[in-house]
Amino acid sequence: MAGSDTAVPAAPDTVKILIAGGFGVGKTTMVGSVSEIAPLRTEESLTSAGLGIDDLDGIEDKKATTVALDFGRITISDELVLYLFGTPGQQRFWFMWNDLAIGALGAVVLIDVRRPEASFAAVDFFERRGIPFVVGVNGFHGRHPYPPEDIREAFALPAHVPVLLCDARERGSCRDVLIALIDQVIAAAA
Amino acid sequence: MSGSDAAGRLVRPFALTGGRTRPSRADFTLITTVTAVDPPPERAPRPQPEQTRILRRCARPVAVAELAAVLDLPVSVIVIMLCDLLEAGLITAHPPHPVSPRTPNLDLLQKVRDGLGRL
Repeated sequence: MAGSDTAVPAAPDTVKILIAGGFGVGKTTMVGSVSEIAPLRTEESLTSAGLGIDDLDGIEDKKATTVALDFGRITISDELVLYLFGTPGQQRFWFMWNDLAIGALGAVVLIDVRRPEASFAAVDFFERRGIPFVVGVNGFHGRHPYPPEDIREAFALPAHVPVLLCDARERGSCRDVLIALIDQVIAAAA
Repeated sequence: MSGSDAAGRLVRPFALTGGRTRPSRADFTLITTVTAVDPPPERAPRPQPEQTRILRRCARPVAVAELAAVLDLPVSVIVIMLCDLLEAGLITAHPPHPVSPRTPNLDLLQKVRDGLGRL
């Protein structure tokens, strides 16, 4: 088998990072900026855990029973592939976050600078579970009216959590946020 | 946001799984990679059409989430079908790299960091 040109390559090791934050803060945009493939969308059936607490009035004929999950891929090497998962933003889908968080290296909590409160709960989620995270402040059209320290104060973030101003549309900017996350994970390990 | 499902599916997803909604094995995560066994074992049952679609897609290693996305099936449905394929010896499954918050793998993290730096 070995040595043949048509030999199936060994399966790579896979790791994942979550891109979290409120609804519409730019998570899928960020995934798309760094992914080597256009963001893929997969659907997960909504279990009974999400029903009942869900206000489905008026959307019965829409995708009321599935939740979409957008993700991208970065091939690190032949042996290692990184996946980025945008967490479902709407609060009623948060029961999925627990599953997603298992085995994740860490998370980027993305904040829309125009409505930071949409991401308060995401910060809470990772803080409470002790999952390493960094905060990326996504500027609308790349504009940043507030310095990082204002955001840190508004979110009562501890000093060790990095806050980075970013532009989810820019690959370099998103790359820097992801590297800051890995540095954060390494620092947490030391 | 998507509006891409106007065409719909011809088969209801859980009709593909014999009505089962729970996988018999818990070893398929979103980033578990699966690979078709080639050549298939001689005594393996003849795969159904949907299984054949999966096998074709995993001639090379592919993650469960990617399979679900390209075949346009819910992850839970794909996982149940993968369980059958695994039990039939038609695929192999490679689990994700273990990540433990308490004992992080610095070598792994450095590799990821270097890879991101090349973006």
